Amino acid sequence: MAEKTYAGVTVNVDDDGYMTDSSQWTKEIAAEMAKEDGLELTDKHYDVLGFIREKVLGGATLTIRAIGKSGHTDIKSFYKLFPGAPLKKATKFAGVAKPSSCV
Amino acid sequence: MSEEKKHPLNKVLIIVAKGSIEDVYAGLVMANGAVMEGIETKLFFTFFGLDAITKKKMNSLHTSTVGNPAMTMPGGIPFPTWLGGVPGIEAAVSSMMRKQMEDLDIPPVDEFMEMITAGGGEIFACKLAVDMFKLKKEDLYEEVSDIITIGEFYEKADGQQTQIIFT
Repeated sequence: MAEKTYAGVTVNVDDDGYMTDSSQWTKEIAAEMAKEDGLELTDKHYDVLGFIREKVLGGATLTIRAIGKSGHTDIKSFYKLFPGAPLKKATKFAGVAKPSSCV
Repeated sequence: MSEEKKHPLNKVLIIVAKGSIEDVYAGLVMANGAVMEGIETKLFFTFFGLDAITKKKMNSLHTSTVGNPAMTMPGGIPFPTWLGGVPGIEAAVSSMMRKQMEDLDIPPVDEFMEMITAGGGEIFACKLAVDMFKLKKEDLYEEVSDIITIGEFYEKADGQQTQIIFT
């Protein structure tokens, strides 16, 4: 367990940099985390992050398929919004646990 | 203590040569998983694996209920070989498998391939097998980028940290 400071707030993160307490999350934290990865968050990003938080904190298992069907984004745009490994990145910026899904 | 340098995978090429539900899905799950990790991914379908990219067959793949020692009945009782040969049984087992996967949010074959290509993965058909089964480009799923030879597929395996997986 490590601590990191984002936007002036000290948060607990795991070894992979995922926040361990989702309630500490703010948009500003997300923005700084993304900046670390060289990504500038837009309203569209926040819209998706909001959906992810709602799903994960509601206890659902998150899949790329579910995000594609969420009505917030399709899969192609999701890959464009969070280039590289979208599900891993998006969940990290959303302040939720690293996804354990294979699809 | 010496720091060991890691070399993450850059590219995977996955060859699917069999057409049963489990063989095709093994390939698709590996391919989609690679795309999700940001790994460049290419799929090559050959021989009976072609069923997975043939429009008419792709969403109704079957499993084998005979000669499959891992097959059990619900509850873990061994699945009698004679039962596997009874008309209708194989279709019922196959549709049950598809249903169970749907419950885990594993999509049907066509949708799964769309997910893979949406993430930048590419799908190829084997020229030799396409000729052998007398198929045409229009018989194949739209997301198939090209019909190529195995040699051309190997050419795509250039670059460091590339792996070829055969299912």
